[in-house]
Amino acid sequence: MAGAAGPGAGPGAAGGDGDDSLYPIAVLIDELRNEDVQLRLNSIKKLSTIALALGVERTRTELLPFLTDTIYDEDEVLLALAEQLGNFTGLVGGPDFAHCLLPPLESLATVEETVVRDKAVESLRQISQEHTPVALEAHFVPLVKRLASGDWFTSRTSACGLFSVCYPRASNAVKAEIRQHFRSLCSDDTPMVRRAAASKLGEFAKVLELDSVKTEIVPLFTNLASDEQDSVRLLAVEACVSIAQLLSQDDLEALVMPTLRQAAEDKSWRVRYMVADKFSEVKCIGISGIENLKGICPADFLLDTTINLSILGLELVSDTNQHVKSALASVIMGLSTILGKENTIEHLLPLFLAQLKDECPEVRLNIISNLDCVNEVIGIRQLSQSLLPAIVELAEDAKWRVRLAIIEYMPLLAGQLGVEFFDEKLNSLCMAWLVDHVYAIREAATNNLMKLVQKFGTEWAQNTIVPRVLVMANDPNYLHRMTTLFCINALSEACGKEITTKQMLPIVLKMAGDQVANVRFNVAKSLQKIGPILDTNALQGEVKPVLQKLGQDEDMDVKYFAQEAISVVAQRLRKLDFPVKDSEEPSIPGVDKNLFLRPRVPGENTGKAQRGRAAPVASKEAVDAAPLRGTNAAKGPHVNTRDTLAQLETAELMHFPQSRE
Amino acid sequence: MAGAGGGGCPAGGNDFQWCFSQVKGAIDEDVAEADIISTVEFNYSGDLLATGDKGGRVVIFQREQENKGRTHSRGEYNVYSTFQSHEPEFDYLKSLEIEEKINKIRWLPQQNAAHFLLSTNDKTIKLWKISERDKRAEGYNLKDEDGRLRDPFRITALRVPILKPMDLMVEASPRRIFANAHTYHINSISVNSDHETYLSADDLRINLWHLEITDRSFNIVDIKPANMEELTEVITAAEFHPHQCNVLVYSSSKGTIRLCDMRSSALCDRHAKFFEEPEDPSSRSFFSEIISSISDVKFSHSGRYMMTRDYLSVKVWDLNMEGRPVETHQVHEYLRSKLCSLYENDCIFDKFECCWNGSDSAIMTGSYNNFFRMFDRNTRRDVTLEASRENSKPRACLKPRKVCTGGKRKKDEISVDSLDFNKKILHTAWHPMESIIAVAATNNLYIFQDKIN
Repeated sequence: MAGAAGPGAGPGAAGGDGDDSLYPIAVLIDELRNEDVQLRLNSIKKLSTIALALGVERTRTELLPFLTDTIYDEDEVLLALAEQLGNFTGLVGGPDFAHCLLPPLESLATVEETVVRDKAVESLRQISQEHTPVALEAHFVPLVKRLASGDWFTSRTSACGLFSVCYPRASNAVKAEIRQHFRSLCSDDTPMVRRAAASKLGEFAKVLELDSVKTEIVPLFTNLASDEQDSVRLLAVEACVSIAQLLSQDDLEALVMPTLRQAAEDKSWRVRYMVADKFSEVKCIGISGIENLKGICPADFLLDTTINLSILGLELVSDTNQHVKSALASVIMGLSTILGKENTIEHLLPLFLAQLKDECPEVRLNIISNLDCVNEVIGIRQLSQSLLPAIVELAEDAKWRVRLAIIEYMPLLAGQLGVEFFDEKLNSLCMAWLVDHVYAIREAATNNLMKLVQKFGTEWAQNTIVPRVLVMANDPNYLHRMTTLFCINALSEACGKEITTKQMLPIVLKMAGDQVANVRFNVAKSLQKIGPILDTNALQGEVKPVLQKLGQDEDMDVKYFAQEAISVVAQRLRKLDFPVKDSEEPSIPGVDKNLFLRPRVPGENTGKAQRGRAAPVASKEAVDAAPLRGTNAAKGPHVNTRDTLAQLETAELMHFPQSRE
Repeated sequence: MAGAGGGGCPAGGNDFQWCFSQVKGAIDEDVAEADIISTVEFNYSGDLLATGDKGGRVVIFQREQENKGRTHSRGEYNVYSTFQSHEPEFDYLKSLEIEEKINKIRWLPQQNAAHFLLSTNDKTIKLWKISERDKRAEGYNLKDEDGRLRDPFRITALRVPILKPMDLMVEASPRRIFANAHTYHINSISVNSDHETYLSADDLRINLWHLEITDRSFNIVDIKPANMEELTEVITAAEFHPHQCNVLVYSSSKGTIRLCDMRSSALCDRHAKFFEEPEDPSSRSFFSEIISSISDVKFSHSGRYMMTRDYLSVKVWDLNMEGRPVETHQVHEYLRSKLCSLYENDCIFDKFECCWNGSDSAIMTGSYNNFFRMFDRNTRRDVTLEASRENSKPRACLKPRKVCTGGKRKKDEISVDSLDFNKKILHTAWHPMESIIAVAATNNLYIFQDKIN
């Protein structure tokens, strides 16, 4: 492919006596050193083609030595090379010669770029499987030892990933050596190496004999978990999940839990966060262990373990760092399904209740957002006592984004708490949101009502919701009057023709005479929206005259939306064979004017006394809601806003020890 | 870590002599602005010495292997690599020129055969890789040795390139560019002991970076007040603890130092410790606040102490004692009477740096008239030395200098009035293990060693 575009492709059309099948390969080989990275990359990706053409012998003696020394290249080329070499065994003459691939991969395992090193290690692991046991000890194990005792920490970090693949197939003497090397890497001078060792600890433990796990891995784990660098400690916590799987319940309690408890009290929030994050995994193991043992063990033993686990949880619940707490809140709810009803009530319920009273809204939200797990197990009633104050507090939180979040859980809560409880306790909250001073909240509240109606049915809507919405039509604040219209827009479909025509329409029509232009043009928009639901008599007899009147309004926007509504209504009437006079039908542009309301020149006189008052209110509103969009827009290409830090640090800082993304 | 330090008291006791070793840079009197050295830094082993200048260049010197024939060249430093690290830029959004001047260089702990360093100007931090190449691939299929194209249809065999030895080539390549994270001017960068993160500090904020990630950093300290009119202090320097990956300090223009612990929370706006010396009301003057501004802060290699430099003194603090420094050394107290004129010629805002020797037993910092000062912490002796070309004979011993502080001027003393304030030594570096120092005097880099045996 690249060959066809090569410099010499044109001239010799006459044909020569050379082997023209060699030409493309020749180009590929030459382009291994092309100045253009893309061409080099291309060539490397076709390395198997080159090797095939060269034959196994020349691949081993010429190509591989050349590749071994090309580690000066760009990362992407090296990455591609490391990947290719993993599948090269067949091209160097099969498993008997697999060791020929070790030198180039060894050099790649020492480069500074983590992705390249990781890929080289991956390929080495792949190749190790193709070695015969003899070759493994003759070639592969020495390579691992070389890397493990290398001068530079890049080579030692790479070694960490190779122990587990050669250990199971090595002889006992070699096994002891391998363990020794791993031990020394766990106490390496550089934190980079200790991190690599800690991250492979679990994997290595899995291939070790159980005795060695207890006598060697556990002490290593304990050491790493008390490393001076918190980045090492938190990886050790991660490793404890795999170690825990290998140990019996007794050993787990004796060998791992003390360290884990200590980690739960670590000074560093990152470590505590990791404990919280891994909490359920460790617990799962604890629990599945319990289930296995159920037949043989006395019941109080089971309880003991669970209590232990929940004590650990309790410590974290009272953590001072909000990230730790909210991480725990998001996993702790999932535990109830594993623990079963009784244990949940006895051990987890106190935790939930404590967290529902947490000062940090995020923690409370995390608990509430995962309520469905608990509901399945113990039913939500158990929680409702504490749930209510938490919800009320969140609903009235000073931060509008917190309020927004809780609104979104309302339909879920309503479904689980039932209509009675809802009417009694939560309905007033939902109504209060409708008159919130932030538009985003009012909008969400409107949508929320629609979802509630879908859940509880039209009768409920007619009795509880609609009257209270309609009352707002007389509110002195025009923003609240508009909310009535927005609610009607949202509810009309769910409520059906009857309620819409009988109860809602009169109110909408009455509002057509509102003194604020914003309300009037929203009346026009509402009429357009609910038009399809109304019966045609009402449409013809009541809606149309009002729209026509609005069509003559002094305000441009009202006029515009009225005319737009008229044309939609007229279309519908025409479909239903009502006679419509052509002259009444205005021509409308095809663009949705909603998207760009005409900017108003300040001095422009629209003859509306109210407009002057309304505008500042609206703009304050805009300021209030601005953060909603503003944070993202202001952030720009570089994510360094403190607003997002809370999310980022939990999401990203944890991955520091590995390469983050 | 806290190496031997090359014996007893390197600061200039009777038994110790500093000798001239080398001087780098042009001799001419008129100095090009771009050639002025703006930072000096040894790497962890001391075998490499990097300098940055106002022209955005980085020059790296490598110590020659010893015992190479020449008897008296005890490991001289020679140019290893020179590269343009930063170019002048223009911020079109703010209509601001961004100087190419290298503000700081920090070496990374060596991870493989190549060396890595971070260099920064006011806005952008770059990670450079300095690597060697001594082999070259030879032999092409499509062209012959002279570079002539071969007839593509007469290729009868494939050639794989062969590696041939060649003269050593040192390459510097930019590996990462950490940009767009600082609104104000970057004054410090510091690599964390976890080897994977580093901080960068500007006047009001400190950011935490991962060395492998360029598009994201974490703002860990922000002292910007909501209303800029309430601004009373700025961050002047920041550094990570040499061993504890969670501890960092930053100094302020008010002469205070804050120590932060990243374990307690991700944001370090609240400090864990606050180091401040109560002000002496008797010495209060119009200039008090300006001269108390800290221009540099450095942890000792042991991690137990830190040293701060203000305009007239250098102080050593025990991390366990916040109320006052354990040592205060006067650098050039005789300037106290000259503060007025130093204010007028802006010298009072000069940012002197300071450094520890390998065993933390001595400290060094610069002064005016190409003088630099050393303080021995054990013997409490101090010495003033001069970086000048006058006694730049190999192995010539440096004579201690004295500034006459009033009264009669003795022989060999220099009067305060005859000090040259244009010749200032702001940047110095001490070899991490041995008694070798590098002193930047305007556009010249002086290297001094102890007189051995």
